[in-house]
Amino acid sequence: MEMTFFIDPSRCIGCQACVQACAECDTHRGQSMIHLEYVDRAASPQTAPVVCMHCEDPPCARVCPADAIKQTKEGIVQSADRTRCIGCLNCVLACPVGVPRYIARIDQMMKCDMCSDRTSIGKKPMCATVCPSEALFYGPREEIEKRRRERPINTLIFGRQVVKTKVQLMVAPHIEALDFDVAIFIHQHK
Amino acid sequence: MESQPKWREDFPINWEEDQAITRREFTKFLAFTSCGFFLGTGGTAVWEWAHRREPAGTVVVPIAQRDEVPVGGVKVFRYPTANDPCILIRLAPAQLVAYSQTCTHLSCPVHYEAERRQIRCPCHEGYFAVEDGRVLAGPPRRPLPRIVLSIRGAEIWAMEVKQG
Repeated sequence: MEMTFFIDPSRCIGCQACVQACAECDTHRGQSMIHLEYVDRAASPQTAPVVCMHCEDPPCARVCPADAIKQTKEGIVQSADRTRCIGCLNCVLACPVGVPRYIARIDQMMKCDMCSDRTSIGKKPMCATVCPSEALFYGPREEIEKRRRERPINTLIFGRQVVKTKVQLMVAPHIEALDFDVAIFIHQHK
Repeated sequence: MESQPKWREDFPINWEEDQAITRREFTKFLAFTSCGFFLGTGGTAVWEWAHRREPAGTVVVPIAQRDEVPVGGVKVFRYPTANDPCILIRLAPAQLVAYSQTCTHLSCPVHYEAERRQIRCPCHEGYFAVEDGRVLAGPPRRPLPRIVLSIRGAEIWAMEVKQG
């Protein structure tokens, strides 16, 4: 059965369990790859977990001048190859979701790789195993469709850039694609 | 991933298409090829040793008339078998020498150059002394095998091959 990663930010309770679980992994030595973001910190305690969406045509890999970011045949966009990454931050700037992080201590980019060491042998990603509210869910599509009102989508629109992702985002049933207009957010904050 | 530029083929995003060679793979390649060369040359040497040609025994054959070759002249003959071309050279009225015509470097036929009194292999500019077949210049390492001659009446006979 094909397993899929679903994110439902509306279910996030900000418990940081995913952040801690991610940091426990030995493959990235205590560095958490999850960003738990506050949606609008001044107005709300609402948080949202940000993991890599694993774009079908990953902009981070496209802009990498060192050929360090690779996509597996399962569609998982790997973290930077440490023998190649030159720490140029191109991927950090290119990612529309803001997933890659530059770790200055090691002069490398590191990002979520959907625990490919675990998922490749049929285990769940660390974060999905600990999330108490199933804001991060890893399982068959039929199961989540049965249990939730929200529908999974994988099309994100950033201006003229349309991104199709492997990871599914749970949204209200009438929404086909999420259209992010960054200019609107800037205007609101002014 | 629709249309991709040509350079993307060399730097593919897809992991399977990535042709990077790691240091370990390169070391493996070096080790295996050198082992391959070692076994290959060793095998060839063993094969050569197992299939080495027995000395032809004492084949004694007439190869030319006594006055057939003028001074400075050359006659090609075959000795001890039809597959072994040799050259007979008259250096002086009473001095005849004969050598295998096969260069000891890479088996090209050698030629006598009368004006320099040397035997020359044109393939790689190998030179042999006409007096005793020793190497004078060029890539050959071993002297030309010498044919021991004997004059019997009006004929010149080849008696045996002396490896240099």
